[in-house]
Amino acid sequence: MDTLSQLIAGFAVALTPYNLMWCFVGVTVGTAIGVLPGLGPALTIALLLPLTYKVDATAAFILFAGIYYGAMYGGSTTSILLNTPGESATIVTAMEGNKMARRGRAGAALATAAIGSFVAGTIGTIGLTFLAEPVVNFALRFGPAEYFSLMIVAFVTVSAVLGTSAVRGITALAIGIFLGLIGIDLQTGQPRFTFGVTELLDGLNVIVVAVGLFAVGEALHLAAQKKRPDGGEVIEVKDSVWMSREDWSRSWKPWLRGSLIGFPIGAMPAGGAEVPTFLSYFVEKRLAKKPEEFGHGAIEGVAGPEAANNASAAGVLVPMLALGLPTSATAAIMLSAFQSYGINPGPLLLQQQSALVWGLIASLYIGNIMLLVLNLPLIALWVKMLRIPEPLLYGGILVFATIGTYGISQSWIDLLLLYLMGGMGFLMRRFDFPTAPVIIGMILGPLAEQEFRRAMTISEGNLMIFVQKPLSLALLLIAVLALVGPKVWGMVRRG
Amino acid sequence: MRQQPAWDDVAIGVGVMLLAVIVGWQTTVIPDNAIYAKVGPKVIPWLSTALLAAMGIALTVMGLRGGWEHEDTGETDYRSLGMLALGLILNIVLIDLAGFIIASTVLFALTARAFGSRQIPRDAAIGFVLALVAYLGFDRGLGYKIGSGLIEGLF
Repeated sequence: MDTLSQLIAGFAVALTPYNLMWCFVGVTVGTAIGVLPGLGPALTIALLLPLTYKVDATAAFILFAGIYYGAMYGGSTTSILLNTPGESATIVTAMEGNKMARRGRAGAALATAAIGSFVAGTIGTIGLTFLAEPVVNFALRFGPAEYFSLMIVAFVTVSAVLGTSAVRGITALAIGIFLGLIGIDLQTGQPRFTFGVTELLDGLNVIVVAVGLFAVGEALHLAAQKKRPDGGEVIEVKDSVWMSREDWSRSWKPWLRGSLIGFPIGAMPAGGAEVPTFLSYFVEKRLAKKPEEFGHGAIEGVAGPEAANNASAAGVLVPMLALGLPTSATAAIMLSAFQSYGINPGPLLLQQQSALVWGLIASLYIGNIMLLVLNLPLIALWVKMLRIPEPLLYGGILVFATIGTYGISQSWIDLLLLYLMGGMGFLMRRFDFPTAPVIIGMILGPLAEQEFRRAMTISEGNLMIFVQKPLSLALLLIAVLALVGPKVWGMVRRG
Repeated sequence: MRQQPAWDDVAIGVGVMLLAVIVGWQTTVIPDNAIYAKVGPKVIPWLSTALLAAMGIALTVMGLRGGWEHEDTGETDYRSLGMLALGLILNIVLIDLAGFIIASTVLFALTARAFGSRQIPRDAAIGFVLALVAYLGFDRGLGYKIGSGLIEGLF
């Protein structure tokens, strides 16, 4: 098996002491930021992007992937003990897990979440291992037209399908595309949207946008609320962090089902962890032997969605590594890290950077084992972090936001841009606009423009190329269907 | 089923339309003297202008028809918001003038105040230590430059 021999070569890369250290740092930092409310993997990886100037690409991506996986584990701890989900995908965990904790079963909830995350993370990583090459082989047939159409599918799904409102999602995406256009157009050398500011010629840095939206925006949003949602009470873990025989027998099937729901949905060019977690929740509710427990702390309602969440996180890495197509804010920022190394993400990545990619995949297996240890025996450590008072936490977040931003070029203009983005993030948060499409539009927009231009050069300016190629036409039809399908379906059902 | 217009939502819609106007206006000033290129530098900018304009109109209409649902944030705490904004502005002003450590100490203390802390001297002390450790770690340790300043010069 070629895949297996490459995976073994990947382990040889990941198991060097140097890379093991980065993996450990990654999963530790990831768990910590997952635990802290208001911090997410996208923000953290953005803040750590400057590291790419200091360490080699393999180490950096092992670190980023560790953060990415770790944040999923940490997020569940917060939603179980604090009922303020650390990130959007753990809303479901908060529903049942917090109820379990209130009934004195916090330990069992934490255990089923951590072990379920491990099972699902490992299944998801196995899926990634074996799916990456077939996807690449398929994608090698793609020309610029197919690529452009595929990006359109991703644009539509991340903005219009997954959120609560298509209009607000597309607005966020359009803002992102605009932000991505700022700077010198690489193909024609013309400056665009620089408003005469020299600092903008190189384009707007993704660190500025991500940190502004996620850190500054969130801080402004919370500070503006007179009565903040009651997030102060951390439930104490009174029982042991382990599971009874009954817990095991009620958990293992939801773990497997959650993995099987989460991974394919994550791997589709639509991405998103919210859909699979909710889907898993409803499946478990329907299949449960004691459905009356749902809403009052059913262990299946923690085990399934937590597994779905982690499996879909692994799934998102499939289009990211095999196609260069990011479908979450975190993946988009990881993609920009590839660019800052001068590595072109896309189907050729697996061949050209095979040591990097397989080392990264191998490190995911290792990271999952580390995370299981970090999140079961050492859980008390993370619970302590939940007790950091909010005023100090946000003071610290804003200081680190300054370091990440000012360090780019020691210019106050970057700070000004950061706070402008923060103001926008504040408004978006307040008026319920999704923020991830901004980041995805900003990173993917210029790539889509590039593919568009290539396709038009091949077709000598004929737009029909996008519908004449069968694969491209199919993708565009999927995009249209995803955009109008739900509306039409709703009209049909109402008759 | 006409409802009262939700004026704050209308304002957001108008804001997006305004952004579309700015993007469109800035698109017209992109120099388009490229010698060869099937797709010039203006095509995608025009596309995003159109997208923003369409969404701005849609949002405005939604606002006029009663607005869309968003999280009930209760009464806005302008005092705290102002405090935090002041911290951010002072950070911009101070970072070149006095350096990262002083600017961050001020930012940290004002942020903590905006989040309801009443122990300003204690917060400032914590902020100072955090900024100092971060400066030594990042700037001196990792070589990730975060500027120079009054206190930074002492090390």
